[in-house]
Amino acid sequence: MLRIDCPHCGTRDEVEFRYRGDAGLRRPAAAADTAAFVAYVYERTNPRGWHHEWWYHAAGCRQFLQVWRHTVTHEIHAVGTVAAVLTPPDGAATP
Amino acid sequence: MKSPATSDVPSTRSQRHRASGRYSALRLLREALTGHRGWRPAWRKAEPRKEYQVVIVGGGGHGLATAYYLANHFGITDVAVLEKGPIGLGNVGRNTTIIRSTYYRPENIRFYDFSLGLWEGLEQELNFNAMVSQRGVVYTWHNDGQRDHMIRRANDMRLAGADCEELDRAALKKLIPPIALDSGRFPVLGAFMQPRGGTVRHDAVAWGYARGASEAGVDIIEHCEVTGLRQAGGRVTGVETTRGFIGAGTVCLAVAGHSSHLAGMADIRLPIETHALQAFVSESIKPFLDVVLMFGAGHFYISQSDKGGMVFGGAIDAHNTYAQRGTQWIAQEVAAEGVALLPDLARLRILRQWSGVMDMTMDGSPIISKLPLEGLVMNGGWCYGGFKAIPAGGYTTAHLIARGASHPLTAHMDLARFAEGRTVDEIGTGPFPWAH
Repeated sequence: MLRIDCPHCGTRDEVEFRYRGDAGLRRPAAAADTAAFVAYVYERTNPRGWHHEWWYHAAGCRQFLQVWRHTVTHEIHAVGTVAAVLTPPDGAATP
Repeated sequence: MKSPATSDVPSTRSQRHRASGRYSALRLLREALTGHRGWRPAWRKAEPRKEYQVVIVGGGGHGLATAYYLANHFGITDVAVLEKGPIGLGNVGRNTTIIRSTYYRPENIRFYDFSLGLWEGLEQELNFNAMVSQRGVVYTWHNDGQRDHMIRRANDMRLAGADCEELDRAALKKLIPPIALDSGRFPVLGAFMQPRGGTVRHDAVAWGYARGASEAGVDIIEHCEVTGLRQAGGRVTGVETTRGFIGAGTVCLAVAGHSSHLAGMADIRLPIETHALQAFVSESIKPFLDVVLMFGAGHFYISQSDKGGMVFGGAIDAHNTYAQRGTQWIAQEVAAEGVALLPDLARLRILRQWSGVMDMTMDGSPIISKLPLEGLVMNGGWCYGGFKAIPAGGYTTAHLIARGASHPLTAHMDLARFAEGRTVDEIGTGPFPWAH
């Protein structure tokens, strides 16, 4: 069971949250070509290691949070609000 | 009952002399009377050669089946299967062993029904007892909208040539005496059943295909992890492994759960996230359930193994992970759903739990496709439907490798569908891999 330290509510169990995918994606500019949108909508890095991701605190503050979590050990490096600037963990692939 | 699609399979397999000998009741009797001294290893542990025509990465169900069909049906025997651990310990040994073709999209129904047809002849094909048991797969429904949806699905299945029948409450209770039709919030209104669905001994699938492939000349190389893909002149030329470089004309990735990782070695990004799915086995009990039962009001499926254990599972773990362990709250939820459907389960203890990691694709359908690097193909993206697809996945992947074009039954499984707006969204949830 993951324990996620919500900046609004404190440390809570994973059951209160919903995983909402890769937080490293950036929507292409409106004029970008189809390939850029295909990459944005469908393609994922899916790393075996550190992952920057969105979680939604459904049974708490109902805010989206950003989390750096390791996909093999499940270690959580940092949790922050949407606006927060988190320091990536050592070894994380950054775009 | 044979599916019409089965007639696609050419029967070019010749009777060969097998190093392990042909298995039969007579052989078993002879061995029993002579102290079982005549059994030989079922397949050969090979050392890697410098080069192969085809290198298959991944010695799971799909990798071994692909090698088997390449060697036995498509005439390509210069094949190696590379497995990072021992064969059969990945997802082929980490599932709930269910086979069925109860899909929604017609192209998926046709593919999985082709697979079901191959399962029906698998033991004769492989001369290996895979304990294919067509005990029937039953889906309950719990409200009018769900009934309408399920009957539509049943009709689509019939149109695609699969078998399906509706059951009312009385028929359901007669078929499954321990079912609780009126427990709790979700009374059971009815069900549909695919009589040809059932279960298979999953380990035997890996062993049977390994034996058949090995006998035909395929090298099965264990403890050989692929660490890189070598390219030259815009095409793949082989794989870097923990046991050195192995050259290849074609490299096939059959590593569901890790497809992104392997494709990433060629800088290819796939429409996949890796998620874990758990399965559970209870202590052994006397015969209790002789069908595969699916709970329509949640996500729960259960059957009873031949050893008597109740084998069951539910939804994926809901966050991406490469850890083969599984989170606890899913175990609690699965147990609660099981007890709602079969209240007698409350007295059982869960003996074992395991988890496998799988490729969850962006549309919930698999990928059997050439990749954007000449000579590289993949069989993956199985979400949690990979086990039942092994025979058809292996056959059609072998077809793709040998003929250079998709088999007609897997034309919709190509990677280009995402860019070209042809996604096969099995349950209509959009590009959210955790939602399929």
